[in-house]
Amino acid sequence: MLLNEASSAAPVFGLAPLLVFLPLFGLLINLIFGKRMREGLVGLVASLAVGLTFVLALVFAATLAGNPEPASMRFLEWIRIGTLDVNWTFRIDTLSVTMMLVVSGVGTLIHIYAIGYMHEDVRHNDDPGRFRRFFVYLNLFIAAMMILISADNYLMLFVGWEGVGLCSYLLIGFWFEKGKDGIANAQAAKKAFVVNRVGDFGLLMALFLMFRYFGSLDFNVIFEKAPEIAAATPGVLLAMALFMLLGVTGKSAQIPLYVWLPDAMAGPTPVSALIHAATMVTAGVYLVVRSTPVFIEAPVAQAAVMWVGAATAFFAATIALGQSDIKKVLAYSTVSQLGFMVAAAGMGAGVAAMFHLVTHAFFKALLFLGAGSVILGMEHGAEHGKHGAHGGGHHDFDPQDMGNMGGLRARMPLTFWVYLLGALALAGIAPLAGFFSKDEILLAAQHENTGVFILLIVAAFFTAFYMGRQLLLIFFGKPRSDAAKAAVESKPVVTSPLVVLAVLSVLGGALNLPGVFTLEHWLEHSLEHVAPGEFSLATAGLSLAVALTGLFLAYLVYGRKFADKPQKDPLSGNLVYSGMEKKWLVDELYDLVIVRPYRGLADFLSNPVDLGIINNLSAGLAWLMQATGDVLRRAQNGFVRSYALVVFIGVALILAFILIQ
Amino acid sequence: MQNVPAEYCLILSGVMFALGILGVLLRRNALVVFMCLELMFNAANLAFITFARIYGSVSAQVVVFFVMTVAAAEVAIGLALMVEIFRNKRSIDIDQLNSMQG
Amino acid sequence: MLVVFLVLAFIAVGTALSMLLTRNAVYAALFLVLNFVTVAILYLILGAPFIALSQVTVYAGSVVVLFLFVIMLLGAERMPGGEPLRWQRFLAIALMVILGADFGARMLGLGSLGEIQPSPADYGTPQEIGKILFTQYALPVEIVAIILLVAVVGAILLAKSDQTVGRRRDLYKKD
Repeated sequence: MLLNEASSAAPVFGLAPLLVFLPLFGLLINLIFGKRMREGLVGLVASLAVGLTFVLALVFAATLAGNPEPASMRFLEWIRIGTLDVNWTFRIDTLSVTMMLVVSGVGTLIHIYAIGYMHEDVRHNDDPGRFRRFFVYLNLFIAAMMILISADNYLMLFVGWEGVGLCSYLLIGFWFEKGKDGIANAQAAKKAFVVNRVGDFGLLMALFLMFRYFGSLDFNVIFEKAPEIAAATPGVLLAMALFMLLGVTGKSAQIPLYVWLPDAMAGPTPVSALIHAATMVTAGVYLVVRSTPVFIEAPVAQAAVMWVGAATAFFAATIALGQSDIKKVLAYSTVSQLGFMVAAAGMGAGVAAMFHLVTHAFFKALLFLGAGSVILGMEHGAEHGKHGAHGGGHHDFDPQDMGNMGGLRARMPLTFWVYLLGALALAGIAPLAGFFSKDEILLAAQHENTGVFILLIVAAFFTAFYMGRQLLLIFFGKPRSDAAKAAVESKPVVTSPLVVLAVLSVLGGALNLPGVFTLEHWLEHSLEHVAPGEFSLATAGLSLAVALTGLFLAYLVYGRKFADKPQKDPLSGNLVYSGMEKKWLVDELYDLVIVRPYRGLADFLSNPVDLGIINNLSAGLAWLMQATGDVLRRAQNGFVRSYALVVFIGVALILAFILIQ
Repeated sequence: MQNVPAEYCLILSGVMFALGILGVLLRRNALVVFMCLELMFNAANLAFITFARIYGSVSAQVVVFFVMTVAAAEVAIGLALMVEIFRNKRSIDIDQLNSMQG
Repeated sequence: MLVVFLVLAFIAVGTALSMLLTRNAVYAALFLVLNFVTVAILYLILGAPFIALSQVTVYAGSVVVLFLFVIMLLGAERMPGGEPLRWQRFLAIALMVILGADFGARMLGLGSLGEIQPSPADYGTPQEIGKILFTQYALPVEIVAIILLVAVVGAILLAKSDQTVGRRRDLYKKD
């Protein structure tokens, strides 16, 4: 464990490996002793592990505030083969510390929330023993994410990348035997993993190209040499950037690889909040922002990133409009907001992207956790409604269907208020956090490309509309089912993180207020090409107006007409709405074009080729051995005379041999 | 009188030996097989004596003496075994001494 | 001398062949006796009188008699049935041809080994053999004596019936 200081950095940075090892210790304690620990203790250990990581990140932030130069801590020598020299090195600079604060901070809140949520959930699903496993996986995820964001070279980043992919799989498929037909959750997890793999392939190709042309995978080396390689072989750099984009579309759920994220809602709500809203999906954005020196040299790739992001933002927002499952709306909303971030990163507005990443983490986590609180309340209501006749598991009644909700404002007031704040922040209403961050992105888009700007503005409009729709369907009007009538507010251990996140959503804008631009100055030391921040009243006013219009329209459509029974969406009945509801049939398209032919190929290779040819080859070999044995067996017939004959034949042969000599 | 070329004796010995082997391989009666074995011993003895005569050494005759003694001992044991086998199998046909199946 | 030798050789081979071919085991034993005696006379020609007479005494006199005892005890004069494994016959004969050719070639390759002269007076006499037997070959004599002892003991043990042995054991157990 050699801690070398690569630059004259503060000694406290020597604690950097703890970022990864604190969650790992928590994980190990829970793994080894968890069976004998009470649930509360398990949750406490896990949350403490992440909490201490957050404290550590704060310490780093404070140190960097005084001296903002980046620092590298070499922890382990890992690979040294030929010219490949990759070490486990920690990079502490303002960009990575920003990510660390978000991941560990939001992560701690979600861990605390999960204590209460999972307590209910494992009882609802009839398996109290699985509580511990959840926290083991969560801590593993935090550890992997920390590896990703603190990496100083692309290979360590990839290790973390894969690690969070694995944890995503484990956590989505946490209730692997539940779900439709007893298999849907496992299939969702598999889908996430496989689709991510396609993205990982892209990232891996980029890594190979980097090693081939740069000779190293270290950030410093690559960022320094990028301009000269670009001058020499521009195509290579373009290919590199485009491959990285493929990886980003996988991990950050952009077109065409976003299809796993809505299915990932099969996991428990804290998972959706932590991984699929706040942290893992932002890894792609982080990658692009970190690799800005590379992307800058390939303007075509930058444009590609921008367009992919903008298209995704628009596309996903349309789908979110037609969803009736509370978590699916939020899932598509996440995809859409990630599109915003990716577009911003593609435009070179790294600060705007990071700003939106942070604020989005706050209010999207808040929204997911709030949705979890709502779902818990609905499940309680359902069980009360049946007067205690509850088994675990499947109800025909779906506690997540917004059509079954309504009027929950009265029954779950705290959840309502925090959810409202989160929704308004997402919609971009001033002076909440989302307004500032989204506005910066729109401003950058306006300067960059009008088409992108229009797409993003329309996406912002839709965002406001569907959030208003969601608010009205869930909290306003009259309860539309027995469960909604009997819904109960959640326990403090569930609601207190919500409050904290709500405060952050409100105040988060302070990170990068126009004029002060704190975040920008902070990130300047990590990113070299930071465009100076500006504030345009016209754009701000436009985005605010768009958001308010969206909310108002939602009120018009959904606010007044709902009765106390589930009924069809007022907008339904036309083709456009059907398309939105059915996610524009993208999954079906993929199934037809990719999955089925692949299955067919696998079937072909399995049956005629593997079973037929290869199997028979080895079976034939066995038969051959057996037949040979059968033939040779005849020599052992038990007749003394034939044995004697053989002996004498041998003698004769030897004599003849000697004679010939 | 002509003298006997020594090779003739050796050829005779060889022929008797060959006949002995033939008997061992071809006869079914265990006792006759045994007797052919004795024939083979005899052929060897004859060769020994011939060589003793050629090289003028008496040691070879001593060897023959020992061979005879050991052969006698062997016959004693062998016949006792025959008797035993006969008690078990009620036959001394060596083809009947096959207990293997298949 | 040659004529005598050839006659004896012919008889020897003839009796051996007859022994092979006869179906009756007793006849085979008798042919064997003839063979032994013929060979004994050959030994005489080759200048080994002591061995010759030992041959008659030991081989023709005791071994073959033993054989006859057992044959008659077991009633094995005739063997019923035909000869299975017919292909063996041809194989065996082929084998013999090879062997015989081998021997013959060797013999002829050795060149002339001289002729059998009449032997000197004290060659092969009992005194000569006795001298060597009890000086140079004293140890083998002792060993052969032990072998004979073992053979006697073994033959007795083997020829004992199982019931006798079992009864003996039971007798001891009762005590």
